[in-house]
Amino acid sequence: MSASPPADNVPFAPGDPIAAHSGPATASADPTAPDPAVLVDDLVVRFDRLTAVGGISFAVAPGEVFGLLGPNGAGKTTTIRVLTTLLAPTAGRALVAGHDVRSESLAVRASIGYIPQAISVDGALTAYENLDFYGRVTGVPRRERRERIAEVIETMELAHMLDRLARTLSGGMLRRLEIASALLNRPRVLFLDEPTVGLDPNARAMVWERLAALREQSGTTILVTTHLMEEAERNCERLGVIDRGRLIEQGEPSELIERHGVETLEDVFRRITGRPLGDADGDGEGPAERTDDEEGRLSDVRAQRRTARRLG
Amino acid sequence: MSAHSAAPPAASAERAPSALAAGPLARIAEGTLAMAQAELRKLRHDHLDIVTRSVQPLLWLFVFGSAVGSAHLIKTGGVEYRAYIAPGVLAQAAMFIAIFFGLAVIWERDVGQLQRLLATPLSRSSIVLGKAAGACVRALVQALLLLIVLAIAGIDVRWSVPGVIGMLALLMLGTAAFACMSMLLAAAVRERERFMGIGQLIMMPLFFASSALYPLSSMEPWLKALAHVNPLTYEVEGLRQLLVGVGGGVVWLDFLVVGAFFVVMLAAATRAYPKAIL
Repeated sequence: MSASPPADNVPFAPGDPIAAHSGPATASADPTAPDPAVLVDDLVVRFDRLTAVGGISFAVAPGEVFGLLGPNGAGKTTTIRVLTTLLAPTAGRALVAGHDVRSESLAVRASIGYIPQAISVDGALTAYENLDFYGRVTGVPRRERRERIAEVIETMELAHMLDRLARTLSGGMLRRLEIASALLNRPRVLFLDEPTVGLDPNARAMVWERLAALREQSGTTILVTTHLMEEAERNCERLGVIDRGRLIEQGEPSELIERHGVETLEDVFRRITGRPLGDADGDGEGPAERTDDEEGRLSDVRAQRRTARRLG
Repeated sequence: MSAHSAAPPAASAERAPSALAAGPLARIAEGTLAMAQAELRKLRHDHLDIVTRSVQPLLWLFVFGSAVGSAHLIKTGGVEYRAYIAPGVLAQAAMFIAIFFGLAVIWERDVGQLQRLLATPLSRSSIVLGKAAGACVRALVQALLLLIVLAIAGIDVRWSVPGVIGMLALLMLGTAAFACMSMLLAAAVRERERFMGIGQLIMMPLFFASSALYPLSSMEPWLKALAHVNPLTYEVEGLRQLLVGVGGGVVWLDFLVVGAFFVVMLAAATRAYPKAIL
């Protein structure tokens, strides 16, 4: 991959070779650049003999919408689990909002919002009760809770559904409720794992529209994983393309397409890996050579199916 | 919104997140109360759940209790057999709720709620305590319903405010301990189907190897030995002393044993459950 000029505000410049290959990260060349909202430096995650993440490095600038793009089992969810402190890395370093995920996990968790792939709001509670619950468990001070709940209700346009049990809401409404509940603690970084899985096209568009508005209004850094090329191309400012636990390319969508002289991100993936995205799991490699987390892949698929069923 | 306020501008890493402004104990208390309140709200939306769960203890009390009581086979220290087993039935019903709470935890793992909770500033012990508090809320509502049934049916229990309060306190302590044990089990088993089988396997022996239905003095030596190391025995003995006035045990010792069981289970569940279940 060829390098491209560094962006002013990103310590790891888009397309910087260190960002897409194994090896230690280096400090920003620009001393005036703000600290990255997310910094991943040669991150490795192994499950016994399987390597789910094989030494990836990237950085996300404050206020940026960054997409991790790749097929099921590529290592996206594992990466996000490390960044949300759910999983300890085997090696390497990761900082979120300036805090180390390993040694300052509490500070990380207090600085983020996280929406996992499966629907995580409680179906047996109303929309408002879910917001109240997440406000309390994310440490929103009592005196500010009502005001913050009112803010996210307005931002995510939830006013008409507050008294409904969450299990009666449509897929798009559920995702908006989840995003709202993840904003209550005013996170510096919002992590979303496959946020549009199981949604119809209208609901998908609505979710992305709300995320764009959020980013525009509040400057929240957003890190999103997806396996949908079209969505990634349309909605992410920068992308990291991940396959078999390795970051194989990163940059702005248009830049990636131009760099590889192709027409779509799907073509970029095919150009780099030699196979289409849909065939990413079935290339006939022997088990010993696979670097994917097989168990993670299976659970990813199960989670996607379960989520799709719940979202109708 | 003032959605401008939804997130502060990128600040320096040195600044402590505002979510940590409250101290650790305050955060544990807030998280535990939030989870207990969520269970209460769920019960409010689904009244039938607690009613259907009350059917089984009522069968024990009025069908089994009446049949065995009329045969006068068991020495009860001079009280009606239905009154004698009422504390055991209350304890068993609460234990049933507590042990199968692990199923709910596995479900929450499957649908992503648990991952979400684990990514909040709540401490691991706070999450386990909160889940246990949720089980206690359900058990408390069920116990109050059963006490009302006891009163309406005229079953001869010793009604006193300190006795009922002490009884409910011991019942909550036992429920919290068994809920923690359930979370430990959920961490080990991880699959709902397997958990169901193992839950049954654990619950019925605990019940029958306790003094819930018959006094320790009537047990075979091997069963009595098991009953003496079974925390449910101490819970039932304490409840019986407080509610019926028989049993011969020392209530403070019952509290001590059940309390120690709770502390051990809480520590073990805090250590094993959140990570293992992911």
